[in-house]
Amino acid sequence: MLEHLPALQVVVPLAAAPLIVLLRRPRVAWLLASAAALFAFVAALVLAAEVASTGAISYHLGSWPPPWGIEYRVDALSAFVLVLVAGVGAVVMPYAWRSIPAELPRDQHYLFYALQCLCLAGLLGMTITGDAFNVFVFMEVASLSMYVLIALGRDRRALLAAYQYLILGTIGATFYVIGVGLLYLLTGTLNIADLAQRLPELAGSRPALAALAFITVGVSLKLALFPLHLWLPNAYAYAPSVVTAFLAATATKVSVYVLLRFYFGVFGARQVVESLPVTGILIGLSVVAIVTASLVALWQADFKRLLAYSSVAQIGYITLGIGIANESGLTATVLHLFNHGVTKGALFLLVGGIALRAGGAGFEQLRGLGRAMPLTSLGITLAGLSLIGVPGTAGFISKWYLVLGALQAGQWWLAALVVATSLIAVAYVWRFVEAAYLSAPDERSAPAGEAPRVMLIASWLAVGACFWFGIDTAYTVEGARRAALFMLGGLP
Amino acid sequence: MSAAQLIAACLALPLAGAAGIALAGSRPNLRESVTLATAALLFACVLGLLPKVLAGGVPQLFVLEMLPGIALGFRVEPLGMLFALIASGLWIVNSVYSIGYMRANEEPHQTRFYVCFALALAATLGIAFSANLLTLFLFYEMLTLVTWPLVTHHGDDKARAGGRVYLGILIGTSIVFLLPAIIATWALAGTLDFTPGGILQGKASGTVIGGLLALYMFGIGKAALMPFHRWLPAAMVAPTPVSALLHAVAVVKAGVFAVVKVIVYVFGVDALAGVRAADWLPTVAGFTIVAASIVALRSDNLKRRLAYSTVSQLSYVVLAAALLTPVSVTAAALHIAAHAFGKITLFFAAGAIYTAAHKTEVSQLDGIGRRMPWTMGAFAVGAISMVGLPPAAGFLSKWFLLTAVLEAGQWMALAVVAASTLLNAAYFAPIVYRAFLRPAAARGEAHGEAPLPMVAALTATAALTVALFFYPDLALALARATAGG
Repeated sequence: MLEHLPALQVVVPLAAAPLIVLLRRPRVAWLLASAAALFAFVAALVLAAEVASTGAISYHLGSWPPPWGIEYRVDALSAFVLVLVAGVGAVVMPYAWRSIPAELPRDQHYLFYALQCLCLAGLLGMTITGDAFNVFVFMEVASLSMYVLIALGRDRRALLAAYQYLILGTIGATFYVIGVGLLYLLTGTLNIADLAQRLPELAGSRPALAALAFITVGVSLKLALFPLHLWLPNAYAYAPSVVTAFLAATATKVSVYVLLRFYFGVFGARQVVESLPVTGILIGLSVVAIVTASLVALWQADFKRLLAYSSVAQIGYITLGIGIANESGLTATVLHLFNHGVTKGALFLLVGGIALRAGGAGFEQLRGLGRAMPLTSLGITLAGLSLIGVPGTAGFISKWYLVLGALQAGQWWLAALVVATSLIAVAYVWRFVEAAYLSAPDERSAPAGEAPRVMLIASWLAVGACFWFGIDTAYTVEGARRAALFMLGGLP
Repeated sequence: MSAAQLIAACLALPLAGAAGIALAGSRPNLRESVTLATAALLFACVLGLLPKVLAGGVPQLFVLEMLPGIALGFRVEPLGMLFALIASGLWIVNSVYSIGYMRANEEPHQTRFYVCFALALAATLGIAFSANLLTLFLFYEMLTLVTWPLVTHHGDDKARAGGRVYLGILIGTSIVFLLPAIIATWALAGTLDFTPGGILQGKASGTVIGGLLALYMFGIGKAALMPFHRWLPAAMVAPTPVSALLHAVAVVKAGVFAVVKVIVYVFGVDALAGVRAADWLPTVAGFTIVAASIVALRSDNLKRRLAYSTVSQLSYVVLAAALLTPVSVTAAALHIAAHAFGKITLFFAAGAIYTAAHKTEVSQLDGIGRRMPWTMGAFAVGAISMVGLPPAAGFLSKWFLLTAVLEAGQWMALAVVAASTLLNAAYFAPIVYRAFLRPAAARGEAHGEAPLPMVAALTATAALTVALFFYPDLALALARATAGG
């Protein structure tokens, strides 16, 4: 069984989905979905441990050897992302136990759990597969389930948000598949390792460049790179709380992973960095994303939307690392995938508790929250420190490498920009702190007590992780550095 | 206990104390006992380290690697020992004072107050013992964050505005200047450990060193070099015990302590003098000394006057360190100690006046010395120390500073010290004069001294201020060891 773990990683959550639809009972659905998520997490941890000790794993689906069959590949980079995605997938399940009944009518519960399993399977599949077309298939599995998950939101605006995401997401997927099609025309293969071997001789040719461009734009839409981020704020703001937390921590991160895979695993660092202005464009867009999205976040009247815009800015930091394209920069990118995933996951989980008790997360509802929901408020403040990048938190570690990478690349102005823009994060976290602790509560919308215990426990697990990975960084930094070295080595 | 265990205890005790205070929140007497017991135990642990340091040892504690090659680690060298002794020793006195102040003024949220105070001490000890820049930075930021609830304690608009300035300047400077400086140091030197002689010599050109020094000096906002000094007067909205221990001792001394550490152990005194990268620093520090004194002279609010006096006195330490000679470094270390005792006495007195008479302005203090002789007597001692006259601790450090200035032939610095001594006298003497020699303006005021714990505390610190003048051996030994003598 252990040798089939790469397949089971995806198959178990995938198979859980139809089973849930068949059984339908909410509790059974929750149990199945939790079991599948937990299994996926354990599988990811085992795979990561195996990769760390014995090197990359190549699994041939149905025993069809690559390049004819589909290859699943677990290496330093994908193992790292698998652990993040499966870990968040597992942490949100106990949270869903209380938050889903509060937000969805009873007859929709099983739908949520089925879609959640599908989405998890899709994201894990995108990460683990070594086949460019298979990435597209799983991208669609994940995206289609996401559209529905977002549309489940209580607010009617969730429908519009899901529709926006549907349109833009489909355009993104189409661009991606056009890019893959061009690569297939050029090389006659879809296996990523194979592509990487055959592409260098075609480097610089017009179709290869076009493929790179299509894939960049397509994936950038999925990962919400400015200015292709327009779907994100509404989707995050109106989706059910647990969906927002899960998506924010995983979906865009996996898309970044796909971009990394293509840049450094298929086209090769050399072609991306040297023959095209990709890095320049990425740096430019990232800078604009960081500055504008942070400023827009600052002026939001709703805390959930504020966090959504902050995500756009944080994605800017992630892509900035790719643009810097040295070892520290790429380490920062991979680290921030993880660290920001954990941080934003914690924040959205906690905000979900507020939405449940206060009926929303507008700033007028946050007034005096420190009194009414002390644990939630403290958790948000602490996770907010990680969002800022205060030392001792996960966010600090990513920032350290990002600034280091910029300095090592001689781009001191980027280093200055990174530190200066984290002041904007200080300002928006501060807005929360002042509202929660230094404002008198609004009598009409005062929340009725602390969030349910399971939700608090799940949220505080994530808050704890923000600090754990800020102090003991052996796992994350080592994993990210290995992934970065591996990408710069140009190996698939 | 072994040295490593003692260091661990020094850091863990205030944290455990904070937890205990939180748990005992509903029973004030038990809660205050926890604070006092924690403070006493902490001081005992710090004292336990002293013989080892005086014997020339460097107790160490390595916790884990935070980043590859950079540890979360602690090393107790003489300067850190001195700072830890002052902070933990004064915490005991300050806790006694706090109990009197908080109860007499019926302050709200007292549990939060004592919890944050214990956390602030943990951060201070972390700074004092840090073995490298990253550990220092970690606790430096922690200190800013845990003191913020103390600054905004009253939760009103004034507290909110003060809190904004406080956090804005301290976090802003540390993120925008200090953090890049640390990362650049790492990129250049490949280490962040505090090493005698510095880690940067020969690693970068004089221009880069000068730029880095500027990032450090302005990045360490807690040292309150102008123009990043505004947070300190803003922090005066806090209850007075906070102003006394944190914003006259722990927080601000953490700033100048970090400045001295960076100059001595990161750049290296000789290396810095060799490339002449610090030539601008005495000017900035001198400007801060004089300008802040002038502002203090014009402030009628007593706590504001004291705050600007602190800004000015902090720059004495920076000025001394910036002269880059062994004697000047000794003066810098000594002034960290000397100023602490004097200034905490002054703040204690200000808080006692507020508690007993509800007066906050200098102009209201006519004749108050007759009603509160102990308080105003202690105030006079603190003032003498600030001006730098015997028999108070301030004289000692000023003596060493003047020696260093004359040795270095820095005439500008000499003029600054002379001018500021006159200014100090000009803004402190009138207070003492009003208190004792002017008749009280309003008749029939029926207040005496503040509650006993407060008076006891301020008398104790005043006595310490004088004691340090007569028995300077310990402080001097640690200060000289810092300078490598």
